Amino acid sequence: MGTGSFDRRASRSTRSVSNGTASSTHAHCAWLKMWHRLSNPFIWLNQRQSSLASKGLKALTSAHRLHASGAEPSCSYDGGLYPGHIQTTPFQKALLAVGSGVAALQDPYRHDMVAVLGETTGHLALINLRDRMQNDPEGYTILTERPRIRLSTLDLEKMASLPDGSFGREYLRFLEENKVTPDSRAEVKFVDDEELAYIMLRYREVHDLLHTLLGMPTNMLGEVAVKWFEAAQTGLPMCALGAVLGPLRLNASRLQTLVTSLGPWALQNGSRARCVLSIFYERRWEQSLEELRRELNIEPPPVIPSASKKTGA
Amino acid sequence: MAASVRLLVRGLAHRSVTFAAAGGSCRSGGCLAPSSSRCVSDTAEDRSTHFGFETVPEAEKAKRVYKVFENVAQKYDVMNDAMSLGVHRLWKDMLLHVMHPQPGARLLDVAGGTGDISFRFLDYVRYQQERQKRRAAGSVQTPSWQDISDKYPAEEDRPQESRAVVCDINKEMLKVGKQRADGMGITSGLSWVVGDAEELPFDDDQFDIYTVAFGIRNVTHVDQALQEALRVLKPGGRFMCLEFSKVTNPILASLYDAYSFQVIPVLGEVIAGDWKSYQYLVESIRKFPDQEEFKGMIEDAGFCCVQYFNFTGGVVALHSGFKL
Repeated sequence: MGTGSFDRRASRSTRSVSNGTASSTHAHCAWLKMWHRLSNPFIWLNQRQSSLASKGLKALTSAHRLHASGAEPSCSYDGGLYPGHIQTTPFQKALLAVGSGVAALQDPYRHDMVAVLGETTGHLALINLRDRMQNDPEGYTILTERPRIRLSTLDLEKMASLPDGSFGREYLRFLEENKVTPDSRAEVKFVDDEELAYIMLRYREVHDLLHTLLGMPTNMLGEVAVKWFEAAQTGLPMCALGAVLGPLRLNASRLQTLVTSLGPWALQNGSRARCVLSIFYERRWEQSLEELRRELNIEPPPVIPSASKKTGA
Repeated sequence: MAASVRLLVRGLAHRSVTFAAAGGSCRSGGCLAPSSSRCVSDTAEDRSTHFGFETVPEAEKAKRVYKVFENVAQKYDVMNDAMSLGVHRLWKDMLLHVMHPQPGARLLDVAGGTGDISFRFLDYVRYQQERQKRRAAGSVQTPSWQDISDKYPAEEDRPQESRAVVCDINKEMLKVGKQRADGMGITSGLSWVVGDAEELPFDDDQFDIYTVAFGIRNVTHVDQALQEALRVLKPGGRFMCLEFSKVTNPILASLYDAYSFQVIPVLGEVIAGDWKSYQYLVESIRKFPDQEEFKGMIEDAGFCCVQYFNFTGGVVALHSGFKL
């Protein structure tokens, strides 16, 4: 991605639609649709970043740090950097980490506490993820375009009409079978950098897609397997904690499955797969699931746990 | 004369109790309303007031306060225990102790929400009633059959039925209070009314005691709430307000501030899942007038013999006044 990408970004800032990557008109329309649908604040922030980039073009080197910390009007959302941001001191973050950890352990259904734990402990891992995304061309596109996975941005009819075995169709099937929706993710509150906050949000939104990619259902065993994969991939302490404590709630036979086959598979694939956050899933619905797995260097699962809903799921 | 009385009282005072003999002219013309800028020409949309450290139009404050308490209602009692480490129970017990209600008293508990004060009130008067009965029984050692038969109709009368009315603007808080009452098995003497402290749905001269515990700082027009309190109290009735106030000791003040702003919103997030509501609550404490200023406001509303007691070094203050 050389200067050509900068030009594309600069023209994007004047609201003309030019899609840099070689993709179909479908993706082009999807992007347009996304843009028109909501005044998405992340896209708005992205626009400001783009205009900054065109101004500071000469000063930019290969380290694509568009986010000029401190130069932006930082507290434009109720005292925060992005909608929902709450400023916290390090002491408060530490307290939050401990408190949310205890609360999440006591009541694993408190997804908001798991989310808070992830945000307060994941700073280094998020920076690492950002570097990996910036060094990957597709990841870089995601960081600049800031796509969101929401029911309102998905064309469900189009996806339902895709052939079986395609990524979009399988994702839809996963949503229907497990009765989940992509809109149920908690918003990010305690990350003090809006790009890292987006990465955290992207991680949460990609979680369901990961289930599809890995072929794991949303019962306890499937969730733990995905957590092991995510822990190996992202290094987020919250994933590691979930990976360690999740198995405690499994019965003996599932634990055995985890330890003998699913677990090692998840860990191996997690560490050698391409960064899953760097994939522009929204443009790959038609791609075959098998092909996508090969591209990402993910083996199919050795055994698929039955999709029955356990109490722990 | 008033000045010398004040000097005498200051000499006698061993706690931070101040006494104001307001005398005949209880009502002064204007009223101190530092929280809202009151100019004659302003409309409600132009006037602004504080919502925590934010400035909002007056019309919006009530809505936002409603939202806050709607969100926290379910976890309100748990959070009170967690934030104050249980000390709020002692403060409320002190309120009842100072109030010392007698059987037959009628209480109006405004912003009573989950009913803490009213439950304590009912317990207190029932205890007092039992004490009186025991005393009455004890004083007559060996009653004759004639005496016993004379007493029977008096027992049936029960003129000493105490009643507590819990009034709150927020339906969620009242719902939680009702659930608690059902859980405690309280069947009589308690009613739950939705109402606005600035415009109470009661007639004049109805109640013996008016209490507002940790609620008055959320009211948009505190002076109006005080005037309503004066209206619904019977002559001789007592106004009592328990509220967070200014800590005078600087070391305690800085500890209290650090605790309020660092720990309480975190507790709110972890226990109730709501950071912003508890951020508002600690900010609203800082915006409320201090002990002396609030005492002045109560006097301006027309109450007499206004005094205040500090608890926990001024973290909480109990203001009391009489309608004469």
